[in-house]
Amino acid sequence: MAGKTLYDKLWDDHLVKQRDDGSALIYIDRQLLHEVTSPQAFEGLRLAGRKPWRIDANIATPDHNVPTTDRDKGIDGIVDPVSRTQVETLDKNCDEFGILEFKIKDQRQGIVHVIGPEQGATLPGMSIVCGDSHTSTHGAFGCLAHGIGTSEVEHVLATQCLVQQKMKNMLVKVNGKLGPGVTGKDVVLAIIGKIGTAGGTGHAIEFGGEAIRGLSMEARMTICNMSIEAGARVGMVAVDDTTIDYVRGRPFAPTGETWDAAVNYWRTLHSDDDAVFDKVVELEGSDIKPQVSWGTSPEMVVGVDGFVPDPAKEQDPIKREGIVRALKYMGLEPNTPITGIALDRVFIGSCTNSRIEDLREAAAVVKGRKVAAGLKQAMVVPGSGLVKAQAEQEGLDKIFIEAGLEWRDPGCSMCLAMNADKLGQGEHCASTSNRNFEGRQGFGGRTHLVSPAMAAAAAVTGHFVDVRELMN
Amino acid sequence: MRALKQHQGLVAPMDRSNVDTDMIIPKQFLKSIKRTGFGPNLFDELRYLDEGKPDQDCSERPINPDFVLNQDRYKNASVLLARTNFGCGSSREHAPWALEDYGFRVIIAPSFADIFYNNCFKNGLLPIVLDEKIVDQLFSEAEAQEGYQLAVDLEAKTVTTPAGEAFDFEVDDFRRHCLLNGLDDIGVTLEQADVIKSYEEQRRQTAPWLFGAGN
Repeated sequence: MAGKTLYDKLWDDHLVKQRDDGSALIYIDRQLLHEVTSPQAFEGLRLAGRKPWRIDANIATPDHNVPTTDRDKGIDGIVDPVSRTQVETLDKNCDEFGILEFKIKDQRQGIVHVIGPEQGATLPGMSIVCGDSHTSTHGAFGCLAHGIGTSEVEHVLATQCLVQQKMKNMLVKVNGKLGPGVTGKDVVLAIIGKIGTAGGTGHAIEFGGEAIRGLSMEARMTICNMSIEAGARVGMVAVDDTTIDYVRGRPFAPTGETWDAAVNYWRTLHSDDDAVFDKVVELEGSDIKPQVSWGTSPEMVVGVDGFVPDPAKEQDPIKREGIVRALKYMGLEPNTPITGIALDRVFIGSCTNSRIEDLREAAAVVKGRKVAAGLKQAMVVPGSGLVKAQAEQEGLDKIFIEAGLEWRDPGCSMCLAMNADKLGQGEHCASTSNRNFEGRQGFGGRTHLVSPAMAAAAAVTGHFVDVRELMN
Repeated sequence: MRALKQHQGLVAPMDRSNVDTDMIIPKQFLKSIKRTGFGPNLFDELRYLDEGKPDQDCSERPINPDFVLNQDRYKNASVLLARTNFGCGSSREHAPWALEDYGFRVIIAPSFADIFYNNCFKNGLLPIVLDEKIVDQLFSEAEAQEGYQLAVDLEAKTVTTPAGEAFDFEVDDFRRHCLLNGLDDIGVTLEQADVIKSYEEQRRQTAPWLFGAGN
């Protein structure tokens, strides 16, 4: 019998009951809650007269709606009354049910997918859900983690379980080593460019290979974060020393004998050598260049030395139509060099790229340089209050401010523009976020997805530039 | 949840692939703490020419005459015909809430994004996967014949054209059972409370680090 994949192992360990109809009841170890996708779930619970099954499995924080300025004002700093009500509703629900919440003024507040790992509330081998598709982030710890809808948030609150169908196994292997200036973000954008936004649909992806093994936890989180942009709800990396070293000593991580027992188990969380995957995709790390998206889907991406594609060269009529529509929305001409795209704003932040290493990489590029004169705005939004404090301790805030970038308070911010941070109509933005959909960062806004280093390079030049040229 | 056994309705063909949930319901409408009332803002950025705001009266807004749902012949459509990877992106259940609130009961496409597909079943909305060639045929027919309707039978797992041509589709038994009967699946899961408790007790022994962290 063939060995098990990491996904098979995680599935088996969380299987409460296999049903005759092919569906299964899966136990959920951790649920992360935020203000946007939870109010209707709590309301449903209340209407049915139900109580949360296990309070201590839940951790909440407001992130999508929070302003990134005037944090000391707390909830009063939220100008939009509808946003304020949503954040207040989360507070009320957590207070009523006794759920741990890092409220808006708590230094531990931040983007759910940043604070889980930061607190050690994300532990290897856990099953983790959240009403947010980027929950795949936590798979970097060898977790079975995925986004769910609000009905399922309620289901997990009420039963600690989900009804699931087992997915297929997919391995994305990145061989060899990455070149200098090439980051986790470039790797995942290159993967999406290769397999497409539906390439992983119905599959749990495991990212493996030498290049992945060589990455830090934060870079692995960036890669797993964008599994959903490749169509896969679940993205994972096997546990190794890098994982265990990252978790050790975090507030919610186990200690003493329990730690030792946990580590023994965590070391089993990798695919067996003889495991069989339904689908395998391989990339060479040395081939991957800094990436820039040009269109309105994350698969519409090229290397920084590339060009905006020409729809006339596309054979498939549906794809051709997609390119034509994207170019129209983006206001781009075919065959334009990527480095020739002029920018209006730069956004460094989001659950994809707002951790300390991301900020260090961006700061290293802008240090001693100035934001280009033509830009309307360049902003840095740390992923949590603790990331912000760490960056300030290292003096990164001063580097950004001296270069002319804005240094903000933590939240999802311009990744989805639910708060006041948004693009104006027709504006081009170099963004370290995860989605370049039409209107995502603001009505009529035009998003180009890049790494923090590439966004920083764009900030100081006013257009895209190969960050490796600034590093020499 | 509203049950769905059979449904016959007018078909609206939405001819673009990778329709994402930001497109189905833009972010500014996600600030609501209710499950209802999203219908007027379904496909807001495609449907209207201006930028929509929460709690706005949409009847006075300038509409985009080119958008399929704004055409008279597709008024009151309840079957949405779509292209590949429909519902990709954000996990927001506001997307199926908006489709359902607008009046859709069935969505037919060659493929759906996983989270969206799952969310539909929780809201009395049936997503049907049909082969790309069949979807192409349905697009041609729906565009050619005004008033084109499809009949869907979830019991028999078939989609039938006005000419009587029937296509089979697959759907897993549990989801089908819940939708046919309009079941609250939390209630179904809670029937297994003892099994869940015994799993939990065993995990407390073998993996104690998984418990107590959120207190």
